[in-house]
Amino acid sequence: MMNEIQKITSLHLDILKEIGNIGAAHAATALSSLLNRKIDMHVPKVEMVSFNDMMELAGGAETVVVGIFLRIEGDSEGSMFFILPIEQANRFIQSLINDDQFSFNDGQPTELGISAMQELGNILSGSYLSALSDFTGMKLYPTVPGLSVDMFGAIISTGLIEISEVSDQVIVINTSIFEDGFDNRNEVHGHFFLLPDPDSFTSIFKALGVS
Amino acid sequence: MIQSRTSQVIKVGIAQMDVVKMPDTIRTSGLGSCVGVVLYDETKNIAGLVHIMLPDSSLARTETINAAKFANTGIKALIEKLKQAGVQPFRLKAKIAGGAQMFKFSTDNDSMRIGPRNVEAVKKELSTNNIPLIAEDTGGGSGRTIEFNPASCQLSIRTVNQGVNEI
Repeated sequence: MMNEIQKITSLHLDILKEIGNIGAAHAATALSSLLNRKIDMHVPKVEMVSFNDMMELAGGAETVVVGIFLRIEGDSEGSMFFILPIEQANRFIQSLINDDQFSFNDGQPTELGISAMQELGNILSGSYLSALSDFTGMKLYPTVPGLSVDMFGAIISTGLIEISEVSDQVIVINTSIFEDGFDNRNEVHGHFFLLPDPDSFTSIFKALGVS
Repeated sequence: MIQSRTSQVIKVGIAQMDVVKMPDTIRTSGLGSCVGVVLYDETKNIAGLVHIMLPDSSLARTETINAAKFANTGIKALIEKLKQAGVQPFRLKAKIAGGAQMFKFSTDNDSMRIGPRNVEAVKKELSTNNIPLIAEDTGGGSGRTIEFNPASCQLSIRTVNQGVNEI
């Protein structure tokens, strides 16, 4: 079987970038209105990376992050992550629940904060995916997002399992967002990682009229 | 005895493996559903570590196989690598860690249950090769970073909430 990943051209990469752009722009707008703060985003990066290089995209396998994960099913399948550095997640949730003591750093963050984070994950991934669905005309059914505060490697590898059956590399659509005024501090960037399953690229390109 | 050099920490990435000798130690970071399998010879103070992702190479849909990715091929390949380092396979013992479920979903998607399946497959392969499993820290819902010291044959396991634990 010819590996789908090996057939990707630069036109395809541009399309995937546009997907990241549209999805993350909608999510950033949602986040911005939720927090009443200005949220900016970087130009999406679409990269083909090894699993080990994937670990470096958010500060290394051992870096502790807040991760939201969901599976996408439907016309196109894949995994989606919204990864926030702890410090940034703390600030977002403190502002959402109006509690400046809230922290994911201590072992027992409050239920309210956790459920606010889950809801934030729901809203952001929902706006990312509905924008993507509108743009491509594909029916996408996301699972309810799960939340984990743990090492980035342990979190992201959950999304590499499906891919690892077919490949040793992964195509990742990576868009980072940050609060206005914090763009020079990489440690406070949040990341959307969209990892389409290898068999799904054909259906994405077909939906957009590119073979 | 004169120490000729200071000890190094050899890092093993996801779906990779390596072998070390005392005074070096061997480490892998951010194990989630993956399993870190350490095989060691306590008489020679040599140890190997493989960071496996999937239970069985029959799941592979690729033409070439990275042996270190799968429990069945990874353990075999690590035994071979240890033989080349002068270890007799009958002396090998094992310690394993990982196989967590990082996210809880009510889905029938099999890849969500991959942690326990990986652990099961590792144990089966160890028993096929007559390698005794001395200690394990598996399952649960936390990521793990592990480091093995072939001098003491201790496996240290770090999690975000429970700190460091030795088995």
